[in-house]
Amino acid sequence: MKVAFTAAGDTLDSAFDSRFGRAEKFIIYDMENGTFTVIDNGQNFQAAQGAGIQSAQHVVASGAQALVTGHLGPKAAKVIFAAGIAAYHADAKTVGEAVSMYKSKALKPLRDADVEGHWV
Amino acid sequence: MVDAENLNIKELVVLSGKGGTGKTSFSASFAALADHMVLADCDVDAADLHLVTSPHIVQSHEFFAGKEAIVDRFRCDGCGLCAEACRFEAFEALDDGTYTIRPIHCEGCGVCVRLCPEQAIRFEDRNCGRWMISDTRFGPMVHARLHAAGENSGKLVTLVRKEARRLAVEQQRDLILVDGPPGIGCPVISSVTGATAVLLVTEPSVSGVHDLKRVVSLANSFDVKVFVCVNKADIDMRMTESIRRQVIEQGNHFVGTVPYDEQMVQAQLHALSAIEYIKGETRDRIETIWENIWTAM
Amino acid sequence: MKVAIASGKGGTGKTFVTVNLARSHMHPLVVLDCDVEEPNSNLFLTGELVARHRYSIMVPQVDESACTGCRICADVCEFNAIAVIAGKPLVFEDLCHACGGCAVFCPQEAMTEVPHEIGTITIRQAGTVRLVEGLLDVGKALAVPLVRAVKNYEKSTEGKTILLDAPPGTSCPMVWTIGDCDAVVLVAEPTAFGLHDLQLAVDTVREVGIPFGVVINKDGLGDARVADYCQEAGIPILGKIPHDRQIAQAYANGDMVVDSLPQYRQLFTRLWTSIEHLVFSKGGSHG
Repeated sequence: MKVAFTAAGDTLDSAFDSRFGRAEKFIIYDMENGTFTVIDNGQNFQAAQGAGIQSAQHVVASGAQALVTGHLGPKAAKVIFAAGIAAYHADAKTVGEAVSMYKSKALKPLRDADVEGHWV
Repeated sequence: MVDAENLNIKELVVLSGKGGTGKTSFSASFAALADHMVLADCDVDAADLHLVTSPHIVQSHEFFAGKEAIVDRFRCDGCGLCAEACRFEAFEALDDGTYTIRPIHCEGCGVCVRLCPEQAIRFEDRNCGRWMISDTRFGPMVHARLHAAGENSGKLVTLVRKEARRLAVEQQRDLILVDGPPGIGCPVISSVTGATAVLLVTEPSVSGVHDLKRVVSLANSFDVKVFVCVNKADIDMRMTESIRRQVIEQGNHFVGTVPYDEQMVQAQLHALSAIEYIKGETRDRIETIWENIWTAM
Repeated sequence: MKVAIASGKGGTGKTFVTVNLARSHMHPLVVLDCDVEEPNSNLFLTGELVARHRYSIMVPQVDESACTGCRICADVCEFNAIAVIAGKPLVFEDLCHACGGCAVFCPQEAMTEVPHEIGTITIRQAGTVRLVEGLLDVGKALAVPLVRAVKNYEKSTEGKTILLDAPPGTSCPMVWTIGDCDAVVLVAEPTAFGLHDLQLAVDTVREVGIPFGVVINKDGLGDARVADYCQEAGIPILGKIPHDRQIAQAYANGDMVVDSLPQYRQLFTRLWTSIEHLVFSKGGSHG
């Protein structure tokens, strides 16, 4: 199964980004074979509004069945949950650390948006 | 490449709710007091920070946001479908039976563009202003200017902050100082999203307190530290004291007061920050406020 | 006569001028507080509540039984307010600009428009002054529809005197406020920031093409740069309000200066005369 992580760079050593909509990248990690692909979320910096929604659509399109991030706004959460993706909160320094936390089932599920929404 | 360093950079947004409380004077003073900072003027509707930082422009870029519809009068046959569908009263019928669009009314929704049977309406990127990177005596500064009725300043705020962050990472500066926009709308929300802390500069007046409540409730809905200081505090010491108590009761940080001082205006007339121009108590008070904020961040 | 009181940025005394002008008017008049993010006129024009109602914009609602998941609604939405997930459109009301595009273009007619509240309109009667105020809910981004609703409250403006307290700055809500006014009064402080903000406001008012003049507030505080600029640019100075700590204190307390400091009453009466001159002789500065 594939899991999406919000990241500030292209590798597992990159900083884990606690933001969702404005995260630079998503690392889509395959739990079966330990490989990963990177999705550039940079386009969202240019979005006039609705960045979180667009990010969420990227995650849906990646085929990930779970998402690990810091904070999820209400609009992004609406998309993620409508697509049946499970979301988890992590307080990790690097993406690698967040991956280990996920594997050891140490993460708390996000059942709802945990930050207020905003525009742009 | 963005690394973990990026996430350790502190970002302070100076806000005021209503204008005229001295927000920009405080921003400029902190720029003078802080080491290794990048200045970002996000008060893009009425950007004034450059008047006291005397920026030397290094880069200047056009800023596009959203779209605008433009009628090609030679293809328009005057059927009026566009004007009927437009919810923003943007269409105006001309004497020759064709239509034109008032650009400041156009919301950029594109309904008319898709509806026009003659395909007589173009949909173009809207040029909303310019953004610039400059050198100042305090460090680099990112600022912008919107055209009259320029749209979507929230997006420009995001862009200015992103460029400021990029500069901070590149030049290993540990603080981004943001002179924020007035009000509580879209640009303010854009300026607070993802910041470390917010300083609300208010004054002891009924309208100051009224606006403060709204900004505090907005700021508290984000994951940021909220600092409050009172400018022109001695205009009404009782109200200042009641603001202080309220701030603390709500679990926010009260970082100090500054007396009413006409030297603040003299400083801007001399194109200087208050810290550079003023001697004595006012200067000390601003310095204390800055120290309180920096320690708490 | 419809006159907007505006300024390049907040805190220059726009509301101060509006409420004192209103109070010193000889006849009944209407004040429209269009500064919907921070409406402050009601702090001074206190009076009886006449009516209060919530204001809504129209946003789409999906009839899921009719929707085929074709995504056209999401494609036509320029504001990213619709996402189609698992074959179903999700609508984000807070991003919707109420353009109606999705409802127009849905081939199944599966989109209907329903009200979505974004703010409150309050009407008060303060003596001879009727105050209509718009207040945007915290966290809502669309000020313009509410400004339009406040302005539409006075459907028939014939023979009435209407003052509009404009939002600060030069962005869309300010432009919508001043559009179709007979004159604009720009309030500016005689400082470096004041001059710069005034120039931006002048550019905007010229673009809209409405007669305008300037009131210098806190005259004596800074220097002569604003007055010099007005003279050079041929902009009439409608009045000067002296820099007086007593005024600041009265204002801070929520007092009306024309009531508590009678020496300033005449100043506002004269300001009315200058404004009337501006409107009826079209003697102001045009675009």
